[in-house]
Amino acid sequence: MNLRLHIWRQAGPNDMGMLKTYDIANVSEHMSFLEMLDVLNEGLIAKGEIPVAFDHDCREGICGTCGMVINGRPHGPVARTTACQLHMRTFKDGDEIYIEPWRAKAFPVLRDLVVDRGSFDRIIQKGGYVSVNTGNAQDGNATPISKPDADRAMDAAACIGCGACVAACPNSSAMLFTAAKVGHLASLPQGQAERSSRAMEMVLQMDAEGFGSCTNHYECEAACPKGISAEFIAQMNRDFVTSALGGKA
Amino acid sequence: MELNSAIPGGPIQQRWDKHRAELKLVNPANKRKFSVIVVGTGLAGASASATLAELGYNVQAFTYHDSARRAHSIAAQGGINAAKNYQNDGDSVWRLFYDTVKGGDFRARESNVYRLAQVSVNIIDQCVAQGVPFAREYGGYLSNRSFGGAQVSRTFYARGQTGQQLLLGAYQALMRQVGLGKVKLHNKQEMMDLIVIDGRARGIITRDLVTGAVRSHMADAVILATGGYGNVFYLSTNAMACNVTATYRAHKRGALFANPCYTQIHPTCIPQSGDYQSKLTLMSESLRNDGRIWVPKNKGDQRSPDQIPESDRDYYLERKYPSFGNLSPRDIASRAAKEVCDEGRGVGPGGLGVYLDFADAIRRLGEKVIADRYGNLFEMYERITGENPYKVPMRIYPAVHYTMGGLWVDYNLMSNVPGLFVLGEANFSDHGANRLGASALMQGLADGYFVIPYTIGGYFAQGGLQAVSAESPEAKAAVTEAEQKIAALLSIGGKRSPTSFHRELGKIMWDKCGMARTEAGLKEALQRIPELREEFWQNLVVPGSGTDLNQSLELGLRVADFLEFAELMCYDALQRNESCGGHFREEYQTEDGEAKRNDDDYCYVAAWEHTGVGSTPILHKESLTFENVQLATRSYK
Repeated sequence: MNLRLHIWRQAGPNDMGMLKTYDIANVSEHMSFLEMLDVLNEGLIAKGEIPVAFDHDCREGICGTCGMVINGRPHGPVARTTACQLHMRTFKDGDEIYIEPWRAKAFPVLRDLVVDRGSFDRIIQKGGYVSVNTGNAQDGNATPISKPDADRAMDAAACIGCGACVAACPNSSAMLFTAAKVGHLASLPQGQAERSSRAMEMVLQMDAEGFGSCTNHYECEAACPKGISAEFIAQMNRDFVTSALGGKA
Repeated sequence: MELNSAIPGGPIQQRWDKHRAELKLVNPANKRKFSVIVVGTGLAGASASATLAELGYNVQAFTYHDSARRAHSIAAQGGINAAKNYQNDGDSVWRLFYDTVKGGDFRARESNVYRLAQVSVNIIDQCVAQGVPFAREYGGYLSNRSFGGAQVSRTFYARGQTGQQLLLGAYQALMRQVGLGKVKLHNKQEMMDLIVIDGRARGIITRDLVTGAVRSHMADAVILATGGYGNVFYLSTNAMACNVTATYRAHKRGALFANPCYTQIHPTCIPQSGDYQSKLTLMSESLRNDGRIWVPKNKGDQRSPDQIPESDRDYYLERKYPSFGNLSPRDIASRAAKEVCDEGRGVGPGGLGVYLDFADAIRRLGEKVIADRYGNLFEMYERITGENPYKVPMRIYPAVHYTMGGLWVDYNLMSNVPGLFVLGEANFSDHGANRLGASALMQGLADGYFVIPYTIGGYFAQGGLQAVSAESPEAKAAVTEAEQKIAALLSIGGKRSPTSFHRELGKIMWDKCGMARTEAGLKEALQRIPELREEFWQNLVVPGSGTDLNQSLELGLRVADFLEFAELMCYDALQRNESCGGHFREEYQTEDGEAKRNDDDYCYVAAWEHTGVGSTPILHKESLTFENVQLATRSYK
């Protein structure tokens, strides 16, 4: 198939940036979206132009490195699918495709489609863990955890930290990302000791990074390639309020 | 050069305990006086950084990713082995040790493997305490599944995302230490070189991938946890950025590279679909618990799989290896797939594929149970191929997955360069010539959580470390050298992109040094690789500059190292005149096509010394002794 691509080009963090148009021919339906960009880039290099910078690594939908807004939707039109797992059979001959970076104050653009997501790490640093040093652990079976609890923890822990939730949110809020980690640990007995302080500290850091607030649009849940439920946001809000009132979640 | 593996004496069961008791300690107040550089933030690197910081050392951690959570450990699907014997099915530390030595085709070091099996139980406990959401039974206890090469169920898992959950556990422990100020984390920094002063590893050179700045970082010890070199084949299941640069540059600075020819070809990957293919996707080995592998009995059978009756199918693994069946080890299952495809019985486009069929399991257990066990893998398969594996059998084919070879290390995980430690896939020590499934996660975390915290203290406590500075001539020279290499690459101004060279190199390696190797093929590769390398340095084009984010330059630098390293792999494969594990030399096979080891002449670790680019490396041998597991022909029949 032949396609027309409109891609955000920005030479550096301080450059204005603009959409540039590229035509690409003979795209196979079996290619992944990123392989289509690889082919485009090889063509650009052959013409002596600078290839499009985009983040990617595992290309299996698990590392969370790739991320781009495709036709207005983070990771593109297929639900629960990262850009690297999106395949060209989703598109048809003659389509025009708009490709842009995540847009959020807390995710500054470094070049073209590459953004800096260091803010996510700093949120985790404020409590997205269980404070247990290596060597402290008791036997793994000493504390039974019911299957529903373990499954719920895993549902939240499946977050890949890609940032699609932020890109989808009209407020650029990182509530789903933050709530996924809070919810993962709150679902398990190991996470109880620090449950209140964790919710408080992580939300405060999220605000400090310049992410917006949640106003219940649920765009995050719709865009999440791992299908993480917005219910975890409700749970985090409860833990946050309890903590703010000086209680123990 | 004398290779001292520093293996403690005494009965194997007591060696690690004895060694730990004898290792000198650094007192808590003195630990903060020692600084450690850790390169890589995968399972081995993140667990090492976090644990060393918890102990009080000053840690600087480096990753080329934008976050420490993205290392390729994250993509491991199936699980992690541990000798917990929760299933009461006869498992023990001894049995895990035995299975690993046998699975590695008797080319691993017994003492290291025994220690790995011992600490495996602590890993599970540690990860549970961190909140890793392992699968549980309804009673609340940990669940297990089976993996290839074992007859017990000892694999712990978190759906099909075990690597992700274990890595996030280690990442969170690391983030905690970063938040506490005990680890300084450097994102988007790629290691360019190792700094060696007075014969000891004292620092590294990095390139900032955003600004292009090249600078030195000094420390009292350097830990490389930088993964494997599977991407030398271009197409592999490794992530796109995985590369050999860190370990290869250390090799050029004197560290011996051990067994580079031992590469693992994973039997269950999604077949290649076109020339544009950028990587191959693994389908977890756990699928072989319930999926049955088959091809048509007859050559050129073009019927769709549901039209082929049982009598016309060949479940070749079950036929050839009745006791292990579909759960035969990876090297054996891969070669068997190649064999049936070479016979013309492969399925799918190009005949490079075999069926992995769940119809029986779905009939027996119902779709829901299968979805519960493998749902995310089935989804991934459908996304990539457009086919629904609940309805039609998956098509799979072997692909490069893991590299057992790596930098040579002693029992303390220290290389022959004092102060340079190597952990996880980057070292060679535990898997011999073939790694069993669910053992990579085990090794990465064993090294990082439970081995290096003890052995690095022993190194520091010996004393003798002088203060060093970034102004030392060695550090300054290494910075200049790195800058010159970058400038040279940018100034070639040829016609071919880094990817095109990488793809051509990968094709040579897959054809000549892949699943099956011959003397003639390897000699041909040893001719073609230097030719390709020469063309690379004359005809490469890297657009853009060295002072900003330039992904072509990153790739160009990595491919430049692959082009040198590939030669070393071929030298190693050529000298090993036997077949063992993942190394299959066609000249050395039994009548029924199984690998034929030669224990009389090749029961050693091949550790190579660099002598200059394009010059033949020097082979050093560490002989392997098997005092506890009797050398025997592996049989899974």
